[in-house]
Amino acid sequence: METLAFYIFGTLILLLSLLVIISRHPAYAVLYLLGAMFCLAGLYVLLGAYFVAALQIVLYAGAILVMFLFVVMLLSLQGEGYTKGRTLVRGLGVGVSALLFMVVVAGTRQGSIGSFFSFSREGTVGSVAEIGRLLFTKYLFPFEVTSLLILVAMIGAIVIAKGKMRGEA
Amino acid sequence: MSVYHYIILSIALFTVGALGILTRRNAIYMLLSIEIMLNAGNLAFVAFSRLHNHLTGQIVALFVITVAAAEVAVGLAIIVLLHRLRGSLRVDEANLLRW
Repeated sequence: METLAFYIFGTLILLLSLLVIISRHPAYAVLYLLGAMFCLAGLYVLLGAYFVAALQIVLYAGAILVMFLFVVMLLSLQGEGYTKGRTLVRGLGVGVSALLFMVVVAGTRQGSIGSFFSFSREGTVGSVAEIGRLLFTKYLFPFEVTSLLILVAMIGAIVIAKGKMRGEA
Repeated sequence: MSVYHYIILSIALFTVGALGILTRRNAIYMLLSIEIMLNAGNLAFVAFSRLHNHLTGQIVALFVITVAAAEVAVGLAIIVLLHRLRGSLRVDEANLLRW
């Protein structure tokens, strides 16, 4: 049952990611990625990371991709057709990506996970209490620095996209 | 089910994201491909966290999601400005610093 769920989610997420990069209209691409985020949340649940799965849906699907959709709708982006003369670039891109895939998979065979490491039966459950305990004791400093990072990103985004107001030079 | 399956899936997702960056020249698609790659890394983190029975991987995955949100905010602001100034989002056309 778990194997079946893994293969369903895995195939779905690979298919949706491929559809993201070959889609014509950016709004379709964002919606395909939205589906991929939900499949990824399903994979996180399979791995026992319940809090990460919930935050994946709330943050990624519910905030980041919605921001993408806002920008696509704000700029009224049109879909783009298939352009000629890019076949060589696309072929090279596919070749380099296939090479990257084979090299990294070969690299995993040399390392310590060369054999099939099965998950132990009593895996660590990523419940909210456990992660909260770690976030506020051991990882408190990165947690606070992340809030500062979000503040900086917010100020930067507003300054970049604001443009000139009336009365300014 | 072993960690190897999840790692191969993570590598395949990363490859799909890299393919998107290499072949598309629209800025929005490149940002979406970066998001795919970030999520592939997240999947690897959570898989290893499950393997070692240690929650650090999941904490790091949370931070990656948060940093990705901040990065997408700034990236989309740049895209909005690019569209406002140039009218198109083709990154191979935006090759002059001043115009």
